Amino acid sequence: METETVHITPYRAHAWVLITLLALTFLTITVTWIDLSALTVLVAMLIASVKAYIVLTYFMHLKFESSLFRVFVIMVLAIYVLVILFTLSDYLFR
Amino acid sequence: MTEAKTHHPEPSYLVDTGKYKGLMAWLTSTDHKRIGLMYMYAMMIFFSVGGLLGILMRIELFYPGQQIYGPQVYNGLFTIHGIIMIFTVVIPGLAAVFGNFSMPIMIGAKDVAFPRLNLFSFYLYVLGAAIALSSQFMGNGPPDTGWTFYAPYSIQTHTNVVAAVFGAFVLGFSSILTGLNFIVTMHRMRAPGMTFFKMPLFPWSLYATAWIQVLATPIVGITLLMVIAERWLRIGFFDPSLGGDPVLYQHLFWIYSHPAVYIMILPAMGVITEIIPTFAQKRIFGYKAIAISSLAIALVGYFVWAHHMYTSGMSTTARWVFSLLTFLVAVPSAIKVFNWVATMYKGSISMRPPFLFALGFIFLFMIGGMTGLSLGALATNVHVHDTAYVVAHFHYIVFGGVGFAFFAAIYYWYPKMYGRMYNFKMANWSFVFLFTGFNLLYFPQFIIGIMGMPRRYFDYLPQFTLGQQLSFFGAILLAIGFIIMLITLFSKKGAKAPDNPWGGRTFEWRIPSPPPLENFEVMPEMGENEEPYDYK
Repeated sequence: METETVHITPYRAHAWVLITLLALTFLTITVTWIDLSALTVLVAMLIASVKAYIVLTYFMHLKFESSLFRVFVIMVLAIYVLVILFTLSDYLFR
Repeated sequence: MTEAKTHHPEPSYLVDTGKYKGLMAWLTSTDHKRIGLMYMYAMMIFFSVGGLLGILMRIELFYPGQQIYGPQVYNGLFTIHGIIMIFTVVIPGLAAVFGNFSMPIMIGAKDVAFPRLNLFSFYLYVLGAAIALSSQFMGNGPPDTGWTFYAPYSIQTHTNVVAAVFGAFVLGFSSILTGLNFIVTMHRMRAPGMTFFKMPLFPWSLYATAWIQVLATPIVGITLLMVIAERWLRIGFFDPSLGGDPVLYQHLFWIYSHPAVYIMILPAMGVITEIIPTFAQKRIFGYKAIAISSLAIALVGYFVWAHHMYTSGMSTTARWVFSLLTFLVAVPSAIKVFNWVATMYKGSISMRPPFLFALGFIFLFMIGGMTGLSLGALATNVHVHDTAYVVAHFHYIVFGGVGFAFFAAIYYWYPKMYGRMYNFKMANWSFVFLFTGFNLLYFPQFIIGIMGMPRRYFDYLPQFTLGQQLSFFGAILLAIGFIIMLITLFSKKGAKAPDNPWGGRTFEWRIPSPPPLENFEVMPEMGENEEPYDYK
């Protein structure tokens, strides 16, 4: 069996992640009051991506895991991007 | 890691050693072998019910016009036939039964990584199947949408779509958890010395399958919930009258349901890859090519979904992109077929029942695969879309492929499962009936499909009568073959099986038949120069 080191994240770090996520949620709501026309969705997606990154890194512990886990997550994201791109090959060219 | 338990031979997993005895001991067991068998029994029941519904459809189609029931009953019949066969038989299929029974032993593990989660997956499977089947008896009658639940009809019909859809959603959860369990098991619990490229090829196929289960199934889960939300809350996802887009439903549905075809077929290919070297007594040809082609099929198979939608109103750009991708997925599939044939070349072949079924698989899978190319090609697809040709094609893959591999796998691992042999002569007869019946049932559907017989039609023009009647007789032969198989395997106890009746080389053939509860008395190791298929 491999030996594993267990990383325990301090409460303070979790608290900061929580505050950041709440702040970003507040930001998401705030930008809906501003008329950004076509950019609205893009900005919302950008904020959501930052939130997802923070959740994956700290709450889901990717920062402290071996690179194998990162490879798997990147692979999943790559598949997700490809699925969206192929679907857009229909919607953008109709 | 190594434990020596050499004092007393462990009792077989079939002996109740825990707190409960009899049925309760099985229902509460977290042993992967028992869970595999429970899946098998459940699937055989569902398969029999689904098959019976298929025969009911064939009886109605024996002559043109109405015979014994009307179009609404026919719509309900093909819908529930599809739901049962797809969601409760072929999708969990080989992975749930033989993945559970054989995979942990083949990689040298005592059990799967999460045994309780494994039992939970089984109960989710039973619950999901029960909910899906209850749709037949509750609400405003059986669903009539087809197993694909296409919007906007599935939003508008008054039949009991919600129960069927929710049942499929629960079954999806079972599939995700099984996939997750298998991925972790294969990453963390392989025997010392067994690197990934020394792992047998059935586990390899399960590994590729498990990734599709984990990544694709949530998409259909959400899609099915969206159908329920749209029916109950009138949110306009898919129904144009509510502002939705029906083509979006088809995208979301097939993003899962096409990879689901590979969830079905990859473990089938894995089983065939185990059987052929064993009965040819020859090292598998192109081990790495087969292993990597499983991953390639899983990956490319994820991006071909829209070939089900060429006539749905997609953009031309999307149609040629998906047509091209569809042709690409044929490459790794063909690699496997070439490697199987090359393995048999100059092997010392023994024509035992599992090998016969494996040959049947290759023959039927090739017909299914080649006709898949004519469906993947944009120009020919639009002519045969939604005809009996498609029905024949997918039955050649799903039944001729997965079904025959399932039968091959039962005959292959049966001596290990029960510690008993079976009557080879009877088993060979079951093959003759199943193979002849299968071709007689589905091959005429290719012909009448090209002639213009639409699928899912309760009535037809007189020129299709001969084809429909041949199919009926094929269905009867097929049913007889299945009954012979059940009698061969379960009617009476055969002679005691040796530990290694076929001369196999993988770990399951090095332990007693049936295996002890924790599989190995001494945990196995794989030497540096050892290979999974080192036939001399």
